[in-house]
Amino acid sequence: MRFRFTPTAIDSGEARRELLDLGAGGYVSFEGWVRDMNEGREVTRLEYEAFQTLGVKEGERIVADAARRFGVKHALCIHRLGSLELSDMAVWVGVSAAHRGEAFDACRFIIDEVKHRLPIWKKEHYRGGDSGWVNCERCAAAPQHHPHELSVEG
Amino acid sequence: MRLNVQYYALMREQAGRSDEALETSAATPADLYDELAGRYGFTLSREQLKVAVNSEFSDWSRRLAGGDSVVFIPPVAGG
Repeated sequence: MRFRFTPTAIDSGEARRELLDLGAGGYVSFEGWVRDMNEGREVTRLEYEAFQTLGVKEGERIVADAARRFGVKHALCIHRLGSLELSDMAVWVGVSAAHRGEAFDACRFIIDEVKHRLPIWKKEHYRGGDSGWVNCERCAAAPQHHPHELSVEG
Repeated sequence: MRLNVQYYALMREQAGRSDEALETSAATPADLYDELAGRYGFTLSREQLKVAVNSEFSDWSRRLAGGDSVVFIPPVAGG
């Protein structure tokens, strides 16, 4: 399994061991962390939820596609779900390859595609007590009688 | 026909439920969205969403069949 969700903290040390390969000369990883600020608002914590059945299928496709495209040895992505505090790890991507170039490229490809394609949603809680679904609330606040003028961030 | 619908994120909150089985005459996901938007007052327009049928992304014009499982997908924000 090359993509999975987890309701508990991501153990990157353990995940990294799944990528070990005698033919690998390099390993690249990316960690996404919960930040205290987004678009000028002070964030205090986050909640992630996902349509997991489709998310796992699409996630597996992304990682398999990256492995084929860049010719890496192993690749794995783990995405956290549930309630996260500041500095918690939200997502982890790891790639091992014969050489560093394809490992960097595959890692970048995977995180970009995961952010763009997977059915995962993030609710930010702000200092002051209010909250909002990222990429949904501002679209939703736009006038409903001109739906074709709306744009979706991505 | 009878369909299963699941709701996530903003749409789950607006529908007040995570899933439901419902009886509908909607022929396509587009028709079904219009029907449910009228019922629950969804604030996202259909142009902002994607849709999945039976856990695969689908066209809005696909013909629905009894027992299909439909999920509307609001703008995503993983990572």
